[in-house]
Amino acid sequence: MNASLLALQALNGLQYGMILFLVAAGLTLVFGVMDFINLAHGVQFTLGAYLTASFVARFDNFALGLAAGLAAALALGVLLEIAVFRILTRRSHLEQVLGTFGVILVVTDALRLVYGPAPRSLRMPEALSGAIPLMDGLMYPLWRLAIIAAGLVVALALWLLVAKTRVGMLVRAGSTDRETVSALGVDIERLFVLVFVFGALLAAFAGAMAGPLLSIEPTMGDNVLILAFVVIVIGGIGSIRGAFVAALLIGLVDTLGRAFATDVLKLVLSNATASAAGPAIASMLIYVLMALVLVARPAGLFGGNGPS
Amino acid sequence: MTSSFRRALLASAFVAPALFGAAAQADPVKIGFLSTLSGPSAPLGVHMRDGFLLAVKELGGKLGGQPTEVLVVDDELKPDVAVSKVKALIERDKVDLLAGVVFSNVMMAVAKPAAEAKTFLISGNAGPSPLAGKACSEYFFSASYQNDQNHEVMGKYAQDQGYKRVVLMTPNYQAGKDSMAGFKRHFKGEVLDEIFTPLGQLDFSAELAKIASAKPDAVFTFMPGGMGVNLVKQWSQAGLAGKIPFLSAFTVDETTLPATKEAADGLLSGAEWAPNIDTPENKAFVAAYEKEYGVAPSLYAAQGYDAARLIDGALKATGGKTSDKEALRKAIASAPFKSVRGAFKFNTNGFPVQDFYVVKAVKRGDGAYVTQTVSKVFSQAADAYAAECPLK
Repeated sequence: MNASLLALQALNGLQYGMILFLVAAGLTLVFGVMDFINLAHGVQFTLGAYLTASFVARFDNFALGLAAGLAAALALGVLLEIAVFRILTRRSHLEQVLGTFGVILVVTDALRLVYGPAPRSLRMPEALSGAIPLMDGLMYPLWRLAIIAAGLVVALALWLLVAKTRVGMLVRAGSTDRETVSALGVDIERLFVLVFVFGALLAAFAGAMAGPLLSIEPTMGDNVLILAFVVIVIGGIGSIRGAFVAALLIGLVDTLGRAFATDVLKLVLSNATASAAGPAIASMLIYVLMALVLVARPAGLFGGNGPS
Repeated sequence: MTSSFRRALLASAFVAPALFGAAAQADPVKIGFLSTLSGPSAPLGVHMRDGFLLAVKELGGKLGGQPTEVLVVDDELKPDVAVSKVKALIERDKVDLLAGVVFSNVMMAVAKPAAEAKTFLISGNAGPSPLAGKACSEYFFSASYQNDQNHEVMGKYAQDQGYKRVVLMTPNYQAGKDSMAGFKRHFKGEVLDEIFTPLGQLDFSAELAKIASAKPDAVFTFMPGGMGVNLVKQWSQAGLAGKIPFLSAFTVDETTLPATKEAADGLLSGAEWAPNIDTPENKAFVAAYEKEYGVAPSLYAAQGYDAARLIDGALKATGGKTSDKEALRKAIASAPFKSVRGAFKFNTNGFPVQDFYVVKAVKRGDGAYVTQTVSKVFSQAADAYAAECPLK
């Protein structure tokens, strides 16, 4: 273990955290503002990856494919909102969970039907496909740096949107007291649709950015969804700032755990025991973190004050 | 009622059982084919099934000259689901033979009920070590390989190449641990690190950084399905391709190459088959498979194809009968078919004795990525467990 490897792993954790943040941002808004548990949020991640992959292949141009893919994912998101989610927003949480879980099953099988069960690939732009040397001759993939940059830009834009604009103010107000905002003449339903669609777009963007790293398959959104829920619970439901901090925290804890847990254990345990226990402990770390945060702050790190 | 009609009726009462007997003979041969057809690992099962069905189709829908019905069922990669479906195939559908099975945990679950029902099971892929050793069965035959062998190929290759320091990386489950054990059987150099990743992990950034900083002579990995696709892509993105030799098993093959494409270019794998193996049977198989399904076949497809042709040969030898178990067993054990792999015979434990190769992912003239043999590592190799099997 040395300093440059630690720095490299921290970058990896940061990149992972950015993907989680993009997914969790939409989820936390929908959950916090609309009080709507959307298990099908991961589906948007998968759709973003699939659609971008097929448009990039068609146009042979990443930027064009990304734009078309996101537009198509957005259209599907709107369609789902009208067909399914609108009916569910006023129902109990249990019905929301059941209904949106049904959406996962339908979309997953539809994707398998359309694209086949074999994993597909998304070609990244040529200019960003290489790796650059960091310290000590260790290489770092440019695409992962691009993801970090994109995540930071989105985070900044989101913060400006929620904290500084009229729409952001209405969203914050709507989450705290939906009746009053509605009584003041604001069309709260339209506001909610906007929030939902925006969240879906962010998840699709995360899928498109993660696509070149991953194999694109119908169930790729499921794992991300679980982690996104962990993120919003740690960050505080409804809080963009909380989602950002928690996503980076989880990205770092998970990556550093995977990278160093075994080595750290080897200092105190025999090699064989450490090799067996290390991976097990590493995969538990984020859930331990969640438990600790919930014990200290039951509403999450930034929870309890509506979107912030 | 006329007397002649009555006589005919009477006669038919005696004749009927014989007629039924004849009808039973003309009944199609029923094969229960168990494969993983849903979930992220479905491409493997689809290839194996397609290879099997292609052979049946080429033989005019007949195996051993008998009309054949193949009942394909999805095991969903769940051992409990597989067991109940196999029991239904045996008891309700009365299948004559079972074939298929991609994953070893499913195989371990279904081999016993099949053997108890005295139904032969021909593996199209999975070859767990217990079935090759102490728990071998006279009702089990493998048309594929014993699990350890493809890993052993890479260990032997690493040893022959003079690699001194290697890093091993596999998913954290039984097959991953077996894989490392198989690699180390012939590799005598230093294992710098054994990295276990959670089964299903899709981002390997942390592990790749670790490998890059350890600077090993080579890396050996076993990452089946989607995990392998991701690892291969990230390996190339991290700038490791061409710097550190990438040795693998069940990671780089025709089921994953359509997704990894150029990222897998030049990566090595251990296998008992590749599309370029130069036998007339193999050339015909590869051409027919690509014509039928529009993609290059993988080793899973080749094994499925061989399994069907093995059953065909055995049924020809028994005259299409499956009732005399001893005769059928002898017929299967003589491996009465021409494998697409070339030389192929059965050991006493029902596993093949065959050649193993190092194969490399290459881009073919038409742009498709396929594996290609680099060198033969083992000639007519038996598995390490046959001696523990009490069968003679």
